[in-house]
Parts: sequence; C-alpha cells; structure tokens
Amino acid sequence: MPESLPTDSVGIVTPQTLHFDTPITLACNRTLDQYDLVYETYGTLNANASNAVLICHALSGHHHAAGYHLDGDRKPGWWDSCIGPGKPIDTNRFFVVSVNNLGGCHGSTGPSSNNPHTGKPYGPDFPVITVRDWVKSQALLADRLGIHCWAAVVGGSLGGMQALQWSLDYPDRIRHAAVIASTPRLSAQNIAFNEVARQAITSDQEFFDGHYYEHNTLPRRGLMLARMVGHITYLSDASMGEKFGRELRDQAYKFGYDAEFQVESYLRYQGERFSETFDANTYLLMTRALDYFDPAYEHNNDLAKALQQARCEFLVLSFSSDWRFPPARSGELVNAMIAARRKVSYAEIDAPWGHDAFLIPTPRYTAVFHAYMDRVAREVDS
Amino acid sequence: MRTDLRIIERWIKSGSHVLDLGCGDGTLLDYLQREKQATGFGLEINQDHITTCMSRGVSVIEQNLDTQGLGNFEDHTFDTVLMTQALQAVRRPDMVLDEMMRVGREGIVTFPNFAYWRLRWYLMRRGRMPESETLPYKWYNTPNIHLCTFKDFEALCYRKDFQILNRTVVDGEHQDRWLSRLWPNMLGQIAIYRITRKGG
Repeated sequence: MPESLPTDSVGIVTPQTLHFDTPITLACNRTLDQYDLVYETYGTLNANASNAVLICHALSGHHHAAGYHLDGDRKPGWWDSCIGPGKPIDTNRFFVVSVNNLGGCHGSTGPSSNNPHTGKPYGPDFPVITVRDWVKSQALLADRLGIHCWAAVVGGSLGGMQALQWSLDYPDRIRHAAVIASTPRLSAQNIAFNEVARQAITSDQEFFDGHYYEHNTLPRRGLMLARMVGHITYLSDASMGEKFGRELRDQAYKFGYDAEFQVESYLRYQGERFSETFDANTYLLMTRALDYFDPAYEHNNDLAKALQQARCEFLVLSFSSDWRFPPARSGELVNAMIAARRKVSYAEIDAPWGHDAFLIPTPRYTAVFHAYMDRVAREVDS
Repeated sequence: MRTDLRIIERWIKSGSHVLDLGCGDGTLLDYLQREKQATGFGLEINQDHITTCMSRGVSVIEQNLDTQGLGNFEDHTFDTVLMTQALQAVRRPDMVLDEMMRVGREGIVTFPNFAYWRLRWYLMRRGRMPESETLPYKWYNTPNIHLCTFKDFEALCYRKDFQILNRTVVDGEHQDRWLSRLWPNMLGQIAIYRITRKGG
C-alpha cells in the first residue's frame, strides 16, 4: 500500500463473503449443494438499484479489482486503472461489484475448498464450471444484493465472455455489456495453448491426479510452466522485444541451459510466483471454461442467431497487437451483432502490449471507455 | 444541424434502419434516432469522432471503407445507406456505390461539385488546382482524391443503372438557393443525391 492513497483510488476495500445453501445445477449436470462467493464492492448503490456494474474477471483474476487491502497490499486491485472516482468505471456514479468466480482459488468455493460431504478438499472432484455457470451464480449474487438489472456488465478476455453470456442468458437484467479483448469462441490455436498448460500441470509428479492437497505438496513446476506459456500469449513480440530484447543477465554466454537471457529469468520468476499463489486445479478449470465457451454452438454455429436473444447495448474493444484474441475475433462478434441488429459500438485500440493491453490505461482506451461508461451513467441518472 | 443534413433527414422514413458511412461525430444518426426512431450504425475512422459518437449513444463501428469495405454487411440490410462528403475521399467511389446499393435499398450521397463556377474560374484564371472553402487543400495533400461534377456522378449512376430519386444542391453554407437549382452543374456547390437500384 502506498504511503498515501491516490485521490482517484477507491481506497481501502474489504472483501465480503456470501454463503449460498440452495443447490445450483451446473452445465455439466452436476449440483453444488452449497457454496461461497467472495466479492468486493466500490461506490454506493442508489435507491432504485439502477447504478450497479458487475466486473467479471479473467483466467487468473479475482474479486480484488480496485483499491487496496488493509493488510499491506503493495499493488492495488488488478483493474484499478479503470475503476475509481473519475475513472471510466466511475465509483462516484456506479456501484461496482467484483466477484471471485466459482471454482476460483481466492475465497469463492473451488477445488481447493473443503467438500462438506468428505471434509477434504474437492480437488479433481470439483465440477467443471462453464461461463454460463458463472453467470448463473453471479445472477444469484445479484439477487442477494438487491440488484435486478445491471447498468453494465464489464469484462476483459474471459471476463468479456461472461459479459456476453449475461446478455444472452439474462437479457432483462443487463442494459449494457462491455466485451473487451475477448472472442466469441476460442480458436484451435487458443485451445492448443490451453492444452499445453494443462499437460504441464497434470504431468507434474506432484500433481497426484489433482489430490496434491492431501499429499501436502503443490504441482509447482507444472503450474509454473503453464503460467510461462500463458504469459507469452498475453504479451506481444514487440512488447517482449522492448522489455527484454536479447539482453543477458551477465555479460557473456555461459554455454549452458540456465536462465541466461533476461526474458528467461522474467518468465521463470513470473511462473514461480504464480505457482505459489494460484491453485492448479483452478487453472485447469478456468482453461476448460475458456475452451467450452461458444454461445453460437447451440444455434447451429450462428452467432447472430444466438445474439438475437440479447436486448442490451454492446461496447466491443480490441487491441491491435493482441494475438491471443486479435481484433479480427472481436470483429466476428461485432459483425454478428450487426447482423442481429443489436446496438453495438466498436473500437480497435492501437496498443503494443498484446492481450495484456486491456489492463493498461492508454489515452485512447481510457477516452473511449470513459465516453461509453459516461453515457451509461447518464442513463442511470435520467 | 447543417442544412444538407436537414435535407437528408427529410428523405428518411420513420423507423428506418440506417448505415452512415463516415458518420463523423454522429450528429445525424443521433437526430434520426431521437426524432425518427431510426436504428442503425455509423462507420468512422476518426478517433475523436468515434469517442463523441459513443458518448452520445450512437452505435459507431471503427471501420475503414478503403481497406475493409462493407463485406461484413449482408445484402439488403438497411433502408438507407448514407455517405455525406466522403465519396470523393474513398479509393474507389464506384465500388463503394455498388456496395451501398447492395447493403441498402436507398443511398443518399453528398459531395462537392467540382464544376462549380468558382472552381472553374479559379482553374481558368490561375491555371492551378482550385482551392476553396469547401476544398481547402493543396493538390498533394488533399484527402479528396476523386473529385467529380454533377454530370460525372449522374453519368456513373446511368452506367450502373441506378435511379436518381431526388437531387438537390446547396451552396457552401449549405443553403438551398433558387439560382443553383436553375443550373446546378455550374452554380451548385454541394450535391445531394438520393439513389436506388432500378427495379430494386
């Protein structure tokens, strides 16, 4: 936490937990009898509960999207650049809800939580969760918070998929969906990268078929490798070149296989840190949720037909150097929205940071996002 | 609102589905949405204009006509496709017109008339590429790479078998003057055409 909080920060935030004891039936036809959802809120809900904005997180994200935790957060929440007083998601005007998804590993019930029936962690027995399941659980959270209709559901990457799914599954409960750096479905290449990540985890000797908790160990190497390969797909060739180039840690080649290039040690560091803080089973679950996401599938692969269910307005944003979910994928989504005659605005932001660009405030990204959300807020006020 | 937009607005029926190519800051679409319950989209590449459109609630798509065309729009999607003051700036105006007539039932096009008497006089007297208030560029930096006259445009419509439903002219202040109606190709500064496919 910095010495003094920036004026455009939501300040100190405290996560809250809601317990749900009505069973939820999932897409895989399995049921969770009870579960917890942990979430944070920023701003104030207005009298008619019309100013609520839901933030959906991406693969390795969580509920801590903005502000600082009291226990010495070094960095603010993962989307602090966009959420706060005067920021695009303006907490002076919106009541922002950010939830850790079911199956996560930051407080909401997931594979590392104790299964009440066995008293042991669920591990691999935790059901595979889909984007649709998340949206369903978020709707139940909204009920408990007294929010019937979101002013907007907003998300980047996997979060954008949830925003899109919201528009289809609960058309009366969402007025705007912001789908940022996302895609209507994963490509074969996207799934291939996920598979490499999963193989890295499941082939780690410490994985124990997902029961590593009981062996008091973690599949660190596997999760580290998964994160390393994932991390490469979040950056761009140009941004890695800019950041590391071919820089060596020491002056000369050592003719060995240790981390000699800066980029190697960076990836190793990122991977190692991640492997200590993230749950491997959750990583498997999240990547599978990505793979399965495909709202057109139930409509003969006709995305426009799927989108005819939607009633909300859409903001779609892509980033020029994003090769994980490149602008062309957002274009497919936008074209389907046009064909379905949905209201949609689209901008391709010129940014060099690859997929991660959606987390980095650049003047144009901020301006466009701000303009759109400002209008959402004005609708709430009127 | 500009007079040319006022004229165009009269040609658009209530509840129309409209595509505005080069929609600028979205003034016209905003008006059509509010006053005529129109729906539709604007295409734009200017970043500030895109931001303004978003803040006023106009559906705007960042799309470059020259490089991306209109291939992402299905046939006969729109009641009206608009293009104000952009025909002369695209790489292939003829192909854009074809595309407009493919995705829309009617097209409304406005462009500066290069046969306007002041431009003729400028060229005749100075022997140099005309510059004016509506065409304030040098020949080498102008975005207006395909200037044409009323007659040129009508000849193209004839060749393409487009029917001209309405035609009007305004001056630089977008005023409709009786004199320019009398002899449009000489006295009209800005042309406004409403066209459709014959038999379509």
